[in-house]
Amino acid sequence: MLRIQLAAVDYAILGIYLVFVLGIGIALKRFMKTSSDFFLSGRSIPAWITGLAFLSANLGAQEVMGMAASGAKYGIATSHFYWVGAIPAMVFVGVFMMPFYYGSRARSVPEYLKLRFDEKTRGFNAISFAVMTVFSSGISLYAMGSLLSTLLGWDFRASIQLSALIVLCYILLGGLTSAIYNEVLQFFLIVAGFLPLVFLGLKDAGGWGKLTARLGQVATTQGYGPEALSSSWRPLVATSANPMGIEWFGMLMGLGFVLSFGYWCTDFLVVQRAMAANSMAAARRTPLIAAFPKMMFPMLVILPGMIAIALNGTQGANGFNFPLKEDGSLNFDMTIPLMLGHYFPPGMLGLGLTALLASFMSGMAGNVTAFNTVWTYDIYQSYIKRDASDGHYLWMGRMATVFGIGLSVAAAYLAMHFNNIMDFLQLVFAFVNAPLFATFLLGMFWKRATGHGAFLGLLMGTLAAAAHHGLTIPKGAAIGIKGGWLGAVSTYPSEMAQNFWTAIWAWSACFVVTIVISMITAPRAEAELKGLVYSLTERPPEENLAWYKRPGPLGCIILGLTALLNVIFW
Amino acid sequence: MGLDLRLPIGSLLAIIGVILLGQGIFGDAAIYQRSLGININLIWGGVLAVTGAGLVFAARRRT
Repeated sequence: MLRIQLAAVDYAILGIYLVFVLGIGIALKRFMKTSSDFFLSGRSIPAWITGLAFLSANLGAQEVMGMAASGAKYGIATSHFYWVGAIPAMVFVGVFMMPFYYGSRARSVPEYLKLRFDEKTRGFNAISFAVMTVFSSGISLYAMGSLLSTLLGWDFRASIQLSALIVLCYILLGGLTSAIYNEVLQFFLIVAGFLPLVFLGLKDAGGWGKLTARLGQVATTQGYGPEALSSSWRPLVATSANPMGIEWFGMLMGLGFVLSFGYWCTDFLVVQRAMAANSMAAARRTPLIAAFPKMMFPMLVILPGMIAIALNGTQGANGFNFPLKEDGSLNFDMTIPLMLGHYFPPGMLGLGLTALLASFMSGMAGNVTAFNTVWTYDIYQSYIKRDASDGHYLWMGRMATVFGIGLSVAAAYLAMHFNNIMDFLQLVFAFVNAPLFATFLLGMFWKRATGHGAFLGLLMGTLAAAAHHGLTIPKGAAIGIKGGWLGAVSTYPSEMAQNFWTAIWAWSACFVVTIVISMITAPRAEAELKGLVYSLTERPPEENLAWYKRPGPLGCIILGLTALLNVIFW
Repeated sequence: MGLDLRLPIGSLLAIIGVILLGQGIFGDAAIYQRSLGININLIWGGVLAVTGAGLVFAARRRT
């Protein structure tokens, strides 16, 4: 079992971080006067801050540790989750979609659906999103509790309760602004904590050239070609040539199109950050500013995993061995803690763990702030109490924060006892999310799309996802939560391949059904759709902006650089 | 919002940097066996202290 011993200096660093987190909340308290301040930061945040928050909101500790684990398992092809699965969608949401999100003055993503389509489409999205965020935050809380208890020997319940309490305090005090500021703080801590780790690991491995040579040996012993772990596209010629079990088409369509655009363009958790920006131009720049660090992040979070698997079983300074799972396989999830404990002396160790804790807490805070907004505006104000004063909704937002966090803690305890329930819930959420981007694409760019079409499309897309999952199964998996519960008629080489194709089917079903139903139902008057649909909306003026602040040129630079990265690591 | 974020971020990085510097200068050198013989606390503490001070300075100058 992997254990890490902290020294006084490590606790000092952790303690100072906690003081700052709460201090930011206290400093922001006097700005929280209206519900708009609390839920939308009064639309007053500069672009560099919303940009870094847009990036960090997605950078929870599970993401950080999961990407390192995938780096060890799949090698550099994991970077597709960034270069294919994020950057193009981030450019798209900034250049094309933000004018409608920000310009329509919608206060949330479900509210945009209400403005563009109808009440039932909004309700479907709002309720599924609210349930999903509470459970996601519970799952990340659970992951944090179990990590701290195994790694540091802290009490599981106490660490969950303490971190929930801290998050509760700073959101109650500073609302969305607190969450955003702490996400930016976390971004700096992750960079400060992980950059030296990568440096030491690379030095230990003997540089990039030696690292790829070792990865070649690892890949051959696993039965793949020598480039399977160290080049990003060449192993994708066939599903059998790479450990992901996916080929380039599934990668581009499943991850690069459906999943990536579905997440970055429609998930309120990230879009909320851009909605808090202080102008239309800043809102559009938000995802574009986030894209620059995002394309470099594989170096910080995936490279440690690659280094760890390359050096596993070798004689480093103190030897280097992955902890094992109960079944004797390597426990890749422990990659980051393993590396931190292996290379960092007291001092840096404290900083590394603080960075990890910061990403747990800000990941949770992101979910909670998205939840309290959707709950208050899209559920409470829409269905429970329509015409109350602004002060009442501000109060409701604070209440929602309290019970949102309470529910997260309850979900974390639930996960402790019934791990399968969480797997099951995540599966259901994946079904609900998969088709969403088709709805937004048609809603924003096809004025003929109707509310009935959107709602039935979403429903059918979700059912298609469930049906595809029920009819297929990854190779070697047991029938049940992994698929095949309707009778396995087709087998995929890996779970990832199955996920990608589930998403592709869901998206296609939603796309087709929405179009067909829209054609046979009555469209809305064009005057009502002004500002909501591309062809009926004036382009936001950008003549007065310097070229490097315009979304178009910025987007082109980002895509060019990303293409270059793909070529370099081809 | 009226709080310049560079101020808290800069101060936090600077304080952590100074703590690491202290550990690097006064701490036991044997702990650096892990980090390949490099006094990573000293080097990185210096980097963080300078970066943090720079951020605080930038925030102060504008107001």
